[in-house]
Amino acid sequence: MGVVFTIVLGLLAASALLVVVRLLRGPGALDRIVAVDVLVVLLVAGTAVQIAMTGRGGNIALLVAVALLAFVSSMTAARLAKEREL
Amino acid sequence: MTSVSDVVTSVFLLAGASSCLWGAVGLVRFPDTPARLHAAAKPQSFGLLMILVGTALRVTPGQAAPLVLVALVQFVTAPVIAQVVGRAAHHGDAISKDNLVLDELRQPGERRPSDRQPVDRGPDAGRGDGPRSP
Repeated sequence: MGVVFTIVLGLLAASALLVVVRLLRGPGALDRIVAVDVLVVLLVAGTAVQIAMTGRGGNIALLVAVALLAFVSSMTAARLAKEREL
Repeated sequence: MTSVSDVVTSVFLLAGASSCLWGAVGLVRFPDTPARLHAAAKPQSFGLLMILVGTALRVTPGQAAPLVLVALVQFVTAPVIAQVVGRAAHHGDAISKDNLVLDELRQPGERRPSDRQPVDRGPDAGRGDGPRSP
């Protein structure tokens, strides 16, 4: 079972690396906003895997808060990028 | 000895992580901002759902209810974010609008480079040296 967790965390880390490539490369602010939102989703997924590893639900409130925060911040940043023509 | 629950959890977690990886590959490889919105919203939401289902099998049922809430939040907010970013991308110069088959956000008086308008060269047009001058 520990092997599966290692593989899953490795896959999520590889995904995060690819998204950072898009974050650095993406021409324009909107691509970077999308990349940061995907990074937060991967963060939530990684925290969920950690909850599955330990079996203790101490971080579940963190998941809900971070997911809502990602939504609010992505929407605000996208609208700001549209208004300022970034 | 691995139990059935362990195997099912492993399948869900691996499926979710693979989906997130393919979404990230799409995010890097797609050529355009609207195309990257596809890769950012759909496989990521599905992958997160699979990982949350796998996690919910490992915690007590009382603690699994907020995980359902997280999945619900993700599924409701991902299309909204994609729509807002798509509008913002269309508003600026992020996409080349000549590639669009149907452009529903086009304003009535807006011109595109592909629009063919007759060019008015004035009354003195046609005089002087040209390819067809005698």
